[in-house]
Amino acid sequence: MGPGAGDVAMNERRAAILFLAPGLAIILLFFLLPVGASLLLSITDFDIYALADVHNVRVIAFRNYSQLLGDALFWKALGNTLYFAAVGGPLTVIVSLAMALLVNAKTARWKPLFRTIYFAPVVTTVVAVAVVWKYLYHPKFGLFNRGLELLHIPPIDFLGDPHWAMPAIILLSIWKNFGYTMIIFVAALQAIPEELYEAARIDGANAIQQFRHVTLPMLGPTFVFVGIITAIGFLQLFPEPYVMTGGGPVNATLSVVMLMYEQGFKFWKMGYAAAVAFLLFLVIGLATLLQLKAQKARV
Amino acid sequence: MKTFIVNALLVITALLTVMPLVWMISASLMPTGEATLFPPRFLPSAPTIAHYRELFTRMNFGRSFTNSMIIAAAITLFSLFLNSMAGYAFAKLRFSGRDRLFNLLVAALVIPTQVGMLPLFLILKSVHLVNSYWGVIFPSMATIFGIFLIRQFMLSIPDDLLDAARIDGAGEFRIYWSIVMPLARPVLVTLAIFMFMSAWNDFMWPLIVLTDSARYTLPVAVANLVGEHVQDTELMMASSVLTVLPVLILFLALQRHYIAGIMVGSVKG
Repeated sequence: MGPGAGDVAMNERRAAILFLAPGLAIILLFFLLPVGASLLLSITDFDIYALADVHNVRVIAFRNYSQLLGDALFWKALGNTLYFAAVGGPLTVIVSLAMALLVNAKTARWKPLFRTIYFAPVVTTVVAVAVVWKYLYHPKFGLFNRGLELLHIPPIDFLGDPHWAMPAIILLSIWKNFGYTMIIFVAALQAIPEELYEAARIDGANAIQQFRHVTLPMLGPTFVFVGIITAIGFLQLFPEPYVMTGGGPVNATLSVVMLMYEQGFKFWKMGYAAAVAFLLFLVIGLATLLQLKAQKARV
Repeated sequence: MKTFIVNALLVITALLTVMPLVWMISASLMPTGEATLFPPRFLPSAPTIAHYRELFTRMNFGRSFTNSMIIAAAITLFSLFLNSMAGYAFAKLRFSGRDRLFNLLVAALVIPTQVGMLPLFLILKSVHLVNSYWGVIFPSMATIFGIFLIRQFMLSIPDDLLDAARIDGAGEFRIYWSIVMPLARPVLVTLAIFMFMSAWNDFMWPLIVLTDSARYTLPVAVANLVGEHVQDTELMMASSVLTVLPVLILFLALQRHYIAGIMVGSVKG
């Protein structure tokens, strides 16, 4: 007789623990534990003196949070970040859906080539392409203003004008990100059974009606998934303003993550910065919940 | 007519999409000052690689390139092992609480990595890992996404195959190494590309943890260069090309596997 069923189960359990241990230890030690510690850090006055000597740390309960909520700069950063996500996120989704429909069209040629081209910006390094776009937006030599000139529109100082700086960063982000969601939409579109369209055509539905009553409803779950990952990504805005504007002009592109970085790693007000990080977490959690709720309400 | 409109739109948007990248390459080859001529020109009058040479000789970009290579390669290698082991356990080994633990991990995907960065920095500082390659490598050696990707793929490996090996007396590690891993090759390739690219492109954490310019990865070096040489358009473009080109080439060579990974990631919305 071979090993009993009990022995095998025991062996598997022991093996599972050994297989999981290294990976989970890394995630626990370098991700989950710091996240928990961040909550603790946020109720202390950890600053540059504490960095030199830990004995200087005092617990100050929610003073960081109350101070933060009274800080105009925080509200500015939060407003900017929400603006960036609320405008840039949906625009990215719309552009990527439009491009997915286009790439997926029966009459489209060279589909793999176009898909590759649209996807290319996704794999590029944000910092590097942000530098490229910084020059494209140059008020005098940039190609964008060259294009405006051909249309007889006076030049715009995109990154120097507080009204234009955020829209400029949004346009860059759409360019950088739409390929990713496009690929997800293409897969979802291809999964819609052809019979549904046939049935709709028999009922006399035209192309637009087919899109509204077949395509859109069938894409429902995809919209939720894409909406959530886009929102999470956009709410973490950091490298673009860091490289292109430094958060300016007059804080017009200062994001929550950038505020956290500056408070925490430039001024070493780490307790205060941890409070910023936690409020960001809260905002991202809320955005995720809202979208899940919206999905449930529709079904 | 419809065919024409669809394809015309495809061509126009494709041109607009590649335009910034083409201009980047073109400007990086222009003689100094040509990218800021008025009216702007799109192609170099006399292509030169002087700016690349300057990056390597005067700006120490060879060092940054090597740093990026070492860090991205190490992260890719470690994460292949750690994620595949954990993903295998979640997919194929039976133990109580398995699915609950896995769902908990997946739920943690909504936590933005920035939330833990401040304490992580303090932890690494206390063990003297700040300003070292390991400070960047350790936190990325295993990722929830990587474990998720591997598990989804390995679910499709038949249990009978593993049970048969067990009856033949094969140890659990042997089964993982000589039966499961060869079968998982496609997803391992996908994971490797993913990890390499995200490690190569990562900015915020290396910016925080690598304090000495001799340790900078390419994105950090480029961001640093903007501060000092913002007027030097052609040099800046050369540094961007150097940073973007390796991952772009990797993507073009292996895009099938990369895109397969995105699909797996999006299956379980």
